[in-house]
Amino acid sequence: MDSLPPHMRPERSFQGLILTLQRYWADYGCVILQPYDMEVGAGTFHPATTLRALGPKRWNAAYVQPSRRPKDGRYGENPNRLQHYYQFQVILKPSPPDIQDLYLKSLAAIGVDSALHDIRFVEDDWESPTLGAWGLGWECWCDGMEVSQFTYFQQVAGVECAPVAGELTYGLERLAMYVQGVDRVYDLNFNGREGADKVTYGDVFLQAEQEYSRHNFEHSDTAMLFEQFKMAEGACKKYLEAGWQENLKEPGKKERHLMALPAYDQCIKASHVFNLLDARGVISVTERQSYILRVRELAKACGEAWVHTEAGGA
Amino acid sequence: MPDLLLELFSEEIPARMQAKAAEDLRRMVTDKLVAEGLVYEGAKAFATPRRLALTVHGIPVRQPDLKDERKGPKIGAPDAAVQGFLKATGLKSLDEAKIQKDPKKGDFYVALIEKPGRPAIDVLADILPVIVRTFPWPKSMRWGERSAKPGALQWVRPLHSIIATFGPETEEPEIIKFDIAGIEAGQVTRGHRFMAPAEISVRRFEDYEAKLQAAKVVLDPARRKDIILADAKELAFAQGFELVEDQVLLDEVSGLIEWPVVLMGSFDESFLSIPGEVIRATIRNNQKCFVVRDAKSGKLANRFILVANIEASDGGKAIVAGNERVIRARLSDAKFFYETDLKTKLEDRLPKFEQIVFHEKLGTQAERIARIERLAAEIAPLVGADVAKAKRAAKLAKADLLTEAVGEFPEVQGLMGKYYAQAAGEDASVAAAIEEHYKPQGPGDRVPSDPVSIAVALADKIDILTGFWAIDEKPTGSKDPFALRRAALGVIRLVADNGIRLPLLSIFGKAAKSHDKSDLLAFFADRLKVQLREQGARHDLVDAVFALGGQDDLLMVIRRVEALGKFLESDDGKNLLAGTKRASNILAIEEKKDKRKFDGAPDASLYKLDEEKALAKAIDQVKADAGAALAKEDFAAAMAAMAKLRPAVDAFFDKVKVNDDDPKVRENRLKLLNEIRSATRAVADFSKIQD
Repeated sequence: MDSLPPHMRPERSFQGLILTLQRYWADYGCVILQPYDMEVGAGTFHPATTLRALGPKRWNAAYVQPSRRPKDGRYGENPNRLQHYYQFQVILKPSPPDIQDLYLKSLAAIGVDSALHDIRFVEDDWESPTLGAWGLGWECWCDGMEVSQFTYFQQVAGVECAPVAGELTYGLERLAMYVQGVDRVYDLNFNGREGADKVTYGDVFLQAEQEYSRHNFEHSDTAMLFEQFKMAEGACKKYLEAGWQENLKEPGKKERHLMALPAYDQCIKASHVFNLLDARGVISVTERQSYILRVRELAKACGEAWVHTEAGGA
Repeated sequence: MPDLLLELFSEEIPARMQAKAAEDLRRMVTDKLVAEGLVYEGAKAFATPRRLALTVHGIPVRQPDLKDERKGPKIGAPDAAVQGFLKATGLKSLDEAKIQKDPKKGDFYVALIEKPGRPAIDVLADILPVIVRTFPWPKSMRWGERSAKPGALQWVRPLHSIIATFGPETEEPEIIKFDIAGIEAGQVTRGHRFMAPAEISVRRFEDYEAKLQAAKVVLDPARRKDIILADAKELAFAQGFELVEDQVLLDEVSGLIEWPVVLMGSFDESFLSIPGEVIRATIRNNQKCFVVRDAKSGKLANRFILVANIEASDGGKAIVAGNERVIRARLSDAKFFYETDLKTKLEDRLPKFEQIVFHEKLGTQAERIARIERLAAEIAPLVGADVAKAKRAAKLAKADLLTEAVGEFPEVQGLMGKYYAQAAGEDASVAAAIEEHYKPQGPGDRVPSDPVSIAVALADKIDILTGFWAIDEKPTGSKDPFALRRAALGVIRLVADNGIRLPLLSIFGKAAKSHDKSDLLAFFADRLKVQLREQGARHDLVDAVFALGGQDDLLMVIRRVEALGKFLESDDGKNLLAGTKRASNILAIEEKKDKRKFDGAPDASLYKLDEEKALAKAIDQVKADAGAALAKEDFAAAMAAMAKLRPAVDAFFDKVKVNDDDPKVRENRLKLLNEIRSATRAVADFSKIQD
């Protein structure tokens, strides 16, 4: 690691942390993907996790996913909370028997020495009501700080996982703050340079946090968003409907689906629009539940479609 | 006799599940052993984050042989019956059966089945896999390659290895041969995840525990707790502090580590401006760390105690520094919440409750608050509280639910309301009532004594009870999602501890939601019984008092039950109870026979014997005395008066034959017996009292 220049090193630069994790999981045999090109609330929403976790086929992948949580914006004033941040996501199907060791070695790769630090697996049952998904696992703690989520998926999009996939989600900003020894996310060294060449996380994202906080809490066009939710929901259903290919011999029997991915995009869209509406506080408590349910119905229908596709194992 | 060692080694088991899992493992294995005729000498189970372990010692080497006689068909029975008998018993032919003589019904066949006992190790090889497969984890999961197939093993987290050995102390034990989902039972485990990850081979419990200790694993959770507590106290003491003990946290923390290493960290003194409870909640809930107080002032100090799972190569410096950073960030958040909250008055938060649904069928939080406010105003005069203050406190009591601090740490609800009310210059008892209206939360919790607090606490609980009764969502079995049992018990304790006269039925009538009042009162009676049973008192006396009807004043019920309990411990009480019961029994029989009641006053002219006259006189006297005592609510005096009835009752049963030949005399005597029953009913229905 010492042979690497600072701009590539995990404890010197945010980008170095990402590069190190990508390299580690590439060495393990993961497909290193790029972020999904839509707004999502977490790395789990990437079809490479949600959909690929379903069906019998092996699947090992890792990628960075920018994640948007409109409600978590703090106008750039809170040292830890962001409405846009990065997750590093690893999905291993089936979950390998040594997955915990693999995870611990990845921490070692980014400079977290398990002889020096107190690393713990603390119970955390994961559930995503909007995705119709749940799993059991842990929060991974390093010296009292949660640095990752570790989940054995049991069900995704309403479909039982067979086999079960293991999901690792690294909170990149937190980990970077930890290894760089920084207390404020905006002070993170992004590119590992010093002096005039240094670019911080704040240089890249502070203005965005301020602007998006204004947008998310005060100005987002709720009339448009309500409309967008309906449109995305409608489109998702339409694509799902159109995608079913019936068995020619047995009319009525659903055999193959040919458009699960485009339909799922609309489900992601609806979910993000809902999050924006929620951040604006225009959805009441009871309505909130029904919106979550509507997104879950879309997710489940997409899961059902996916397991009838080639990659879904049909 | 041989011992069993069992270890189920897995990925990290949630701390909250470990103690019950160890107990379940012990119970399931030993129950099964006993059911198989293998009576053991002792058993003990342990749990760490990564393993469940069980030792059972003194198991017989073999099951006892079983001899069983099975009755068969009669001699000469149809062939189908004979074949069925042979099949069921395993006999080859009737020649192997014995013939049992029976002169009345005819001779029949008997099969003598001898089942030789199996070696205990074989029995264990059968029962252990079943126990693992049916283990009652609150939540379990599938994992890995095998989860692709239906019927895959479920465990709390992936199971990695199993130790199962069996053998006498002096010899090399044998491995119990079984296999679960590809995991073969053996004698190998691993030590601490980071400090001793290598494989360890063990034979029996003694060397298992010792080798684990050497491999940085303290197997026994009780020992881990002892170590944590002792080290934490010492560490605090050495620096002039005192540990704020916390049993729940200790239980949890001891389930997060296999090798406790206690360290101390600090945070900036400026955070001490946040209320201590919030600091403690932050540090405890999010970081699972203990707080300490200054030994002299008793005030929270800017230190915390953490329990690590590792002896770090730098002595724990990095671990402490890391925890300090997280705690600093958390306290910054908490301070921000607290200071933000202070900027808005509780009262100004109230309109928001109109948008928050309390319960689909019970309307919004705003409606609930209005109900509590009205009810508190009704109750206030009964408990000696100022009506205006009770209303004010009820109005503000829930407002802190909308504050940032409570949003983050729900357990400081009420308390934060008090602080924010004080900061806004609210009356002291109003502020106190905001905190105390949730109390008492459980059997160990303090019962408020300020009248304003009592009024709001009662109103809050009675509103929730009458509300859920109105929509018919009562607790069933173990399901009590709205903690209604706790609410009823809270009312009982508020009333009992403060000596409050509260006519419940009329208060129920004041509640906004109409409901089945007598059913709710019966629920209170049940709670009271449970409460008394837990205190070691006789719960049947509660039935005896409630059976009088119209008993809706819990304080009076409790006083009656107490007096009755004391009375029944005396000889007079016991004998009077026996006499009254005898009278009741006779009456019940005769009333059934004659299909009529024997109520109405007895006719003095029909008394033939002195004992009758004496009893009638005694009853009149007792009625008068007990009545006078009851009018003063002096139940002990009423009982004492009642005791005077005893010699007359005893003498009556001694000398007087109730069922006299003269039907008029018989009727009169039965009426006299009824008088005994009605006299004692002044304090309780004696027929409901168990002997």
